[in-house]
Order: sequence, then structure tokens, then C-alpha cells
Amino acid sequence: MPIIEAQNLFKEYSGRQVLKDINFRVQNGEIFVLVGPNGAGKTTLLRILDLLEEPTNGGILFDGVSINYSAKDKSALRRRISMVFQQTVLFNMSVFDNVAYGLKVRGGNKVGVEQRVRVILERVQLRGFEHKNALALSGGEAQRVALAQALITEPELLLLDEPTANLDPRNVSIVEEALSRVNRERRTTMIVATHNMLQAENLAHRVAVLNEAKIEMIGTFQEIFGEPSKFLMDFAKLENVFSGVSRVSAEGTSVIDVGEGLQIEATFKKVGDVTFYVPPEDIVLSTRQLVSSARNTFEGRIVQISDLGSVVKLRVRARKDFIVQITKRSFNEMQLNVDSIVFLAFKASSVQTD
Amino acid sequence: MIDKAFLEEILSITLLSLRVSGTAVLIGALIGVPIGTVLGLGRFKGKQTLMHFINITLTSIVNTFMGLPPVVVGLVVYLLLTSSGPLGPLGLLYTPTAMIITQFIMAVPIITGVTMSAVGSVEKAIREKALSLGATDRQAAWTVLREARMGVLTAIIVAFGAAISEVGGIMITGGNIRWVTRTLTTAIVVETNLGDFDLAISLGVILLSIAFTINLVLTIIQLRGPKR
Repeated sequence: MPIIEAQNLFKEYSGRQVLKDINFRVQNGEIFVLVGPNGAGKTTLLRILDLLEEPTNGGILFDGVSINYSAKDKSALRRRISMVFQQTVLFNMSVFDNVAYGLKVRGGNKVGVEQRVRVILERVQLRGFEHKNALALSGGEAQRVALAQALITEPELLLLDEPTANLDPRNVSIVEEALSRVNRERRTTMIVATHNMLQAENLAHRVAVLNEAKIEMIGTFQEIFGEPSKFLMDFAKLENVFSGVSRVSAEGTSVIDVGEGLQIEATFKKVGDVTFYVPPEDIVLSTRQLVSSARNTFEGRIVQISDLGSVVKLRVRARKDFIVQITKRSFNEMQLNVDSIVFLAFKASSVQTD
Repeated sequence: MIDKAFLEEILSITLLSLRVSGTAVLIGALIGVPIGTVLGLGRFKGKQTLMHFINITLTSIVNTFMGLPPVVVGLVVYLLLTSSGPLGPLGLLYTPTAMIITQFIMAVPIITGVTMSAVGSVEKAIREKALSLGATDRQAAWTVLREARMGVLTAIIVAFGAAISEVGGIMITGGNIRWVTRTLTTAIVVETNLGDFDLAISLGVILLSIAFTINLVLTIIQLRGPKR
């Protein structure tokens, strides 16, 4: 049974369409991830689902019941939903009071509040932070308090707007772990907006791709990202997008000349101008040249390193720039650095086009 | 040189000043803080055009009255309380009560105005956060006011500072009667006129000390605790 359902949702701000004809159902216990570029409407959609804004047209069903926007109903419904905002906002009070806020405004039994706060703070690894002022925390700690605030009321639906944007790897993994655990143990339904594809892949049961106010696709991560479309290439700004002239080789594969003396072999058969894409995670990186079945092997030099938490993204210059994704652990074991010489290998079948 | 009567008079004058201004500001806060909160929160409800219009009008009125000249207030209160005025029968003219009324009228706009801007400057996100966590509109308003508490405290202290150093209004409505309605400021005026600089200077030093203490407290409060 869907816990929340959007029906023909439209949102307009002074003549500008922010959301166009949004339709989806999120099942109880599901993690539904919204991906899309900045400005696609993810935040607005979450704010509508949290009843902070009303849609210009269309409606939302919560638990099968259409939402009416009376003040009483809004606040009653919000008590079944929690939202973690992208911009971390905490009240100027102690961490304890911040976390207990949701319980306090609901009134009722004060017994056990302390215990609940303690348990939830432990879950976000902030044990012993109760008496600190919330405004004195670091960004990562503050975002974890915000998560604790949202979790303590045991919401049926948890809305998360870029919950780990601007967090360092350690904080990202604490937050992601807490989310997975809550979903596993309490079957809390979550709708997560993110533009971190790794996070989408890690968390999502289903993904909706939001672009220019519309949902372009809904499906599992594999269904959507297994076969990158032109749109996705543009959207993800996947750096491993190349264009070149393709010819079919004697073996029946395509050999594409992308310029600067670089030739890439692909299993698709195309002749002439072609744009294609190599998923960063399909590229094997090594410090020595490997003997392998990979049809494409290049020597290159690391020019840029970005730490994404559990994985590290490398930009490797092998005549052209390739983006390679490896785990943090491999990165550390291989003792890589900027200017390290490395070898890239990927199969002809990893080269994709639309 | 310092005799007992002299000290007693200074003490009585100082205590009266504190009592008059303190009472005026206290009552002013009871009225000004709620009004300022409502006006400050009005910013969050920009959509209803009528509410918006009323809010702008009230805000402008408050801002105008924040700079109300004390002598004008004194004159108006005098005209109200004088024996031929509408409130004449109460017999309040030239009493501490008349001075409290005068300073109260000055304090309310200051407290309302500063509270209003303090509440209005609390991030919109705070209110939304409160609502999102399940607060009712009223609970969310209370949370916003709580976030603005430094500003509200500032409002009260600023109003007290203005009241304790005010002279024109209470001179008119209190009459500067020795042992009855003579305050620090009115005493300084009269003693200076009489050439009794010893007393004038002593009172001046006391007034300065009070002003300094107020500002010291205010600064300490503002420096305490992390800022947004």
C-alpha cells in the first residue's frame, strides 16, 4: 500500500513552473530517491510533501487520504512525517532540547524522553553531546543532530533533502548508516533528494529522475542508470563522455578515433560520428600494466583526486581525461597521489552509446 | 562636607528614578513584546494582501513612534492629566504615576520596534523547522520568539536606557518636586540652574554609572553564547 502518492502535482512561483505534472507512489518501507540537477525541483517537491507549501494544482494522498490544508490537519499530518533540510537549522538551545523538540511539541508523557534522546544520539554517534549548545557544533555534528531530531518522533515518512551535502566522508557514512538502519529496523519510508549518484545507488529501492520540473523516469537504479541516455549523460555531467569517428574493425567491433591519437574499442557497431560514455566504475585502475581481456588499456597520470567518502574519484590524463572511481581502501593501498602514473583498462563492452 | 541629609536625598532621587523608569519599562514590555512578536511574525505571512498591508502600516507607525520626542509625550500626558483635562479628576499630575505613564508611552514603541525586528530577523527556516517537527502555529511562534530572545532583551534594556536618561517628559508631568517627583535627570537640570554643581555632578556620576552598567550587561549578554 502506498504511504504517499502524488497526483498530477504542479507548482508555480510567480509564473515560473517549478514542478510539472508530478506523479508517483511511494510504498510503505521504501526508500525513494529523487535525483536531478540543482534547480530541478527536488527541494520544492519535498517541501510540498512536508506540507510546507501547497501545490498550485494536483494533490497528495497520504495513507490513501487526500490532504486538505487546514492548519489542524497540516500539523496533525506533519507529526507523522519528518524532514531533514539541506540547510542545517538548529535551535539556539542545548543538543538535548533540540533533539527532544519534536516530542515536546507533541506533549504527552515526559517519562522516557531522556532515554529516547540518549538512544537516538547514540545512533548518530553523538553520545554525551546532550548539554552542548547546538550552535557550537561543527557542520557534520549539526547535521547529525538534525537527523536525530527527525528520527526521534519515529516518523512514518522521512523526507531528506541532500542529507549529506557538504559533509565530510566520516559524517556521510554515519548518516547513511543511520538511515539504512532505521529503514531496516523500523521500515521507515524515506524520500531522499540527492545529486550524489553513489548515495542514490547505495540507498535507493527506486529512483526518480527529476529534470526541469518533470519526472523523466522512475525505476530501480539499474533500470535507469544501466543504460545511460543522452539526458543522463548531460545531467550527471559524466566526464567520460567522448565523441569521435567510428569505423567497424575486422573483428566486428567499433574502433573510435577520439582525436589526439586515442582510439577506443567498443562492442557496438556504428560508423561515423558517435558520442559514447564509459562508466567510471567500469574502469580498472592499476599501477602496473595488466595482462587482461580488456580491449582498452591506456597509460595515464593522475591529475586530480576527489574524496567522496567510501570511494575516491580520480581524474586521469591519458591523452584525454578519464574519470575513474575506486574505493578508498584501494586508493590508500595503492598509495596514489597526484602525478602518479597509472594504467586504465576497460572492456569494449563497457563503452556505451544511446 | 558630605552630610547625611545630602546622601539621603541622593538615595531617594536615585531610587525614584529607578522605580519610575523600571515600572514604565516593565509595563511597556508586557505590552510591547507581544505586539512586536505579532508584527515580526507577520513577515512570514506575506501572502494575504490585507494582512500584509496592515502589517506595513503598523510597522511604519511603530517606527515613527520609536523616535517620539519626550517633551511632546510630556505635553500630551500633561494635557490629559491636568485638572481641566479628561483625566484631571484622577489627580495624577505631578505624581510618580504621571511620570511612569509618560515613560511608558515612550518605552512601548521602542520595545515593540526592536522586538519586531528581532523576531523578523529570525530565519524563516527556524519556523519551518519547528512546523516540520510537528509544532502547531502557536508553538512555532513561541519557538521563533525564543530564538529572538537576545533581541527582546536588548529591546527592554534599550528602552530602560532611554527612560532613565529622559528629562523633558517627566519634568513636565512630574514637576520636579523635591522628595516627591525629583529624579536624577530633573535634579541635574534644577541643581545646575541653581549653581549647586556638587549635587549636579554627583547625580550625573550616578546616572552615568547606571547607563554604563546597563550597557555592560547588554554587551555581556550579547557576547555570550554562540551567534548564528
